[in-house]
Amino acid sequence: MEFKRVVVTGLGALTPIGNTVSEYWNALLNGVSGAAFIKSFDTTHFKTKFACEVKNFDADAFLGRKDARKLDPFVQYALYSTEEAVKDAGLDFDKLDTSRIGVIWGSGIGGLKTFLDEVVNFAKGDGTPRFNPFFIPKMIADIAPGHISIKYGLRGPNFTTVSACASSNNSLIDAFTYIRLGRANMFISGGSEAIINEAGIGGFNAMHALSTRNDDPATASRPFDLDRDGFVAGEGAGTIILEELEHAKARGAKIYAEMMGGGMSADAYHMTAPHPEGLGAALVMKAALEDANMQPSDIDYVNVHGTSTPIGDPQEVKAIQQAYGDELYRINISSTKSMTGHLLGAAGAVEAIAAILAVQNDIVPPTINHFTDDPSFDPRINFTFNKAQKRVVRAAQSNGFGFGGHNASVIFKKYEE
Amino acid sequence: MSDIASRVKAIIVEKLGVDESEVTPEASFTNDLGADSLDTVELIMEFEKEFNVAIPDDQAETIGTVGQAIDYLEKNVK
Repeated sequence: MEFKRVVVTGLGALTPIGNTVSEYWNALLNGVSGAAFIKSFDTTHFKTKFACEVKNFDADAFLGRKDARKLDPFVQYALYSTEEAVKDAGLDFDKLDTSRIGVIWGSGIGGLKTFLDEVVNFAKGDGTPRFNPFFIPKMIADIAPGHISIKYGLRGPNFTTVSACASSNNSLIDAFTYIRLGRANMFISGGSEAIINEAGIGGFNAMHALSTRNDDPATASRPFDLDRDGFVAGEGAGTIILEELEHAKARGAKIYAEMMGGGMSADAYHMTAPHPEGLGAALVMKAALEDANMQPSDIDYVNVHGTSTPIGDPQEVKAIQQAYGDELYRINISSTKSMTGHLLGAAGAVEAIAAILAVQNDIVPPTINHFTDDPSFDPRINFTFNKAQKRVVRAAQSNGFGFGGHNASVIFKKYEE
Repeated sequence: MSDIASRVKAIIVEKLGVDESEVTPEASFTNDLGADSLDTVELIMEFEKEFNVAIPDDQAETIGTVGQAIDYLEKNVK
């Protein structure tokens, strides 16, 4: 059977550096850091006192107090970025076959804040279970696409992909694959995460995964710098509307880029540590290229996973060297996590948006907060340090790697007839 | 209006996000005030917490309007 072509026709973003796609993109190009001291809870006893929080988001104003109360922040964020994407794509669902439009969404954890609040409430009581009836439906990781489908009346395939920090790369790949196979005309895809609370920061702190640069939060996320000391927690949502090409053309849709392929692999190595030689990461980049029927010579930019951890960044460099060979010295790579922090299950979505806009606009967003070269990295690699670089970006690859050893990578290319 | 009645109404206004004028004794949680089954369970739990009573499930099922809630609580709150 012949594969359908899949194009990107709408974008939405709620990020620590901008609450719309245009704010987010401008902040990326200007090298804005989203990190600051945490406002949402008291960090007195926490090793890390900063994160990349979403700013000026008013859930009550957006949803009304009655509905906002029933939705965990990760769902509130999902609905917010999706509203922007639906508007951006010019979708009028009354005129479309909504049984052929689905929602596949990524979230690494789901409603952690809801879980924390309810369990604390129980622990403070006398043992009588007084759990709120909204506890479970507010918390479960699949509820975000459920709410999106209810809001817009979309009756196509609907589920959440959970693979930690690769979750929304997986959601994009699933959506892409179902459209490619003719199983649906369109998906609202992407991901959201909201773990900046006592449990999220305390949990990642316990793993020694987070930066503790409390004297300078704004420069704490410094991927590929010699002094990187951990990732900076982020939160937010990214929505990408993927649509079958002929369906998009028939309704006169604006096309940002074409999604060409996706790869998936596992490290099969350790619960949280990446494979030291980048084995799974190299495999996934190659798998995505193969799925897209493309060569390293066709790619001009890789938005890397690049979390700013001491052991994660080197293995990804090794992996890119294996996947790209000498082509690596021709391309740009950058980690936009240097600005957004790590949005975990939403990282793949917001970084895919960065890759799509790089392809559309021929400019590569930077890896900011670079001070000192790490001598273990080949100096011929262009990490796009500190300033955005203009270049023709014919196609871009975006990587996501998650605890559990999950790897997923996606490729977008300039749309041509 | 009794103390219990005003506290019941305040909970309903807060949880269901409705205007106080809609919270009449005859108003049904589900038919008039937009509550779904989970909202109704939450309301009962809020009454239990506010008035420090345990409302058994078979009793809770008989509480479908604002007036029924007030009546039940006036009889059972010590």
